[in-house]
Amino acid sequence: MPHIALPQDLPGISGGFAFRPETAKPMRELAHILLHEPSSLTPGERELIATYVSSQNNCYFCQASHGAAAACHLGGEEIVQQVKTDFQAAPVSPKLKALLAIAGKVQKDGKLVSAEDVGRARAKGATDVEIHDTVLIAAAFCMYNRYVDGLGAWQPRDASMYAEMGQHLAEEGYQKPSR
Amino acid sequence: MPHIALPEGQPGIRGAMAFRPETAKPLNDLVEVLLRGPNTLTPGERELIATYVSSLNDCYYCQTIHGAIAAAHLNGDEELVKKVKADFLHAAISDKLKALLVIAGKVQRGGKNVTAADVEHARSLGATDIEIHDTVLIAAAFCMYNRYVDGLGTTQPRDEALYRERGKLVARDGYVEVSKTYIPAITAR
Repeated sequence: MPHIALPQDLPGISGGFAFRPETAKPMRELAHILLHEPSSLTPGERELIATYVSSQNNCYFCQASHGAAAACHLGGEEIVQQVKTDFQAAPVSPKLKALLAIAGKVQKDGKLVSAEDVGRARAKGATDVEIHDTVLIAAAFCMYNRYVDGLGAWQPRDASMYAEMGQHLAEEGYQKPSR
Repeated sequence: MPHIALPEGQPGIRGAMAFRPETAKPLNDLVEVLLRGPNTLTPGERELIATYVSSLNDCYYCQTIHGAIAAAHLNGDEELVKKVKADFLHAAISDKLKALLVIAGKVQRGGKNVTAADVEHARSLGATDIEIHDTVLIAAAFCMYNRYVDGLGTTQPRDEALYRERGKLVARDGYVEVSKTYIPAITAR
């Protein structure tokens, strides 16, 4: 049961968003810009970063919903599982691997990101905006994950619900509620 | 030196926000609602929560600027801010705020650490659902802001006087208003 009286039947972050529309608005806008708006990183790559960080934070709802969005963009769930388990061995570009290494450090503590980490990403072709956005996606999911878990939000174990949600997020983005 | 080419002369999060005005807007809107919007928690109390979480995350820039903003809201009481960071259970703040700081500290380590007993304790001392919600979100949001500032290797000058002056300005004018002075207009990328 959630720690506070969130609207019923709204899973995960949707309950927190409906409870407090004033804070939902900028949180939705931030996710929409970071994950959905045009960028030299594809939406699938950015959803993989969000999913990886959410799995490192062990947030069920966020890794399931963003994993489903990533699978929708990338045409399959296998790559999502591989990135969560061992991204160095996953079939993603060397640039994305270098960015995931940075994201993993940000998840633990921003100060762990080293000049070498950034130099490696740049050597694989990452731009300053891509490095910036990777750091901010990782940081932002340290917020979203704690928000969902800290409120004790309802996080159903229902694969078909996440598949449907992932498709909505992949197609429409984050400005409007998915259900 | 920052990890990427951030605009010079803008310390901490300001350099990052000036680099990427698109994401700066929701980041400023969120902090404005959380720390300054209409609320039964005072701006001083909310800045103390932000400062405490930033100190747990060991982010120099965030704990110093939000500590300065908190002090500006609390009649310049810098000692109270220091006491909250060091040992909030013995600080001169309400029992309700102490219970909320306990929740914030648990969110900082991981949201799943918050227990029904923590929430019940805060409620028994008068905390409302919105206050509990906002405490969780302030703590969560500063786990983002702190990582953003440190993860980009932003410049964080060790000069408390600089933060003290800036803190008074932000306490008076707010985050969104002050951001207009250092964030360029959004242009097509």
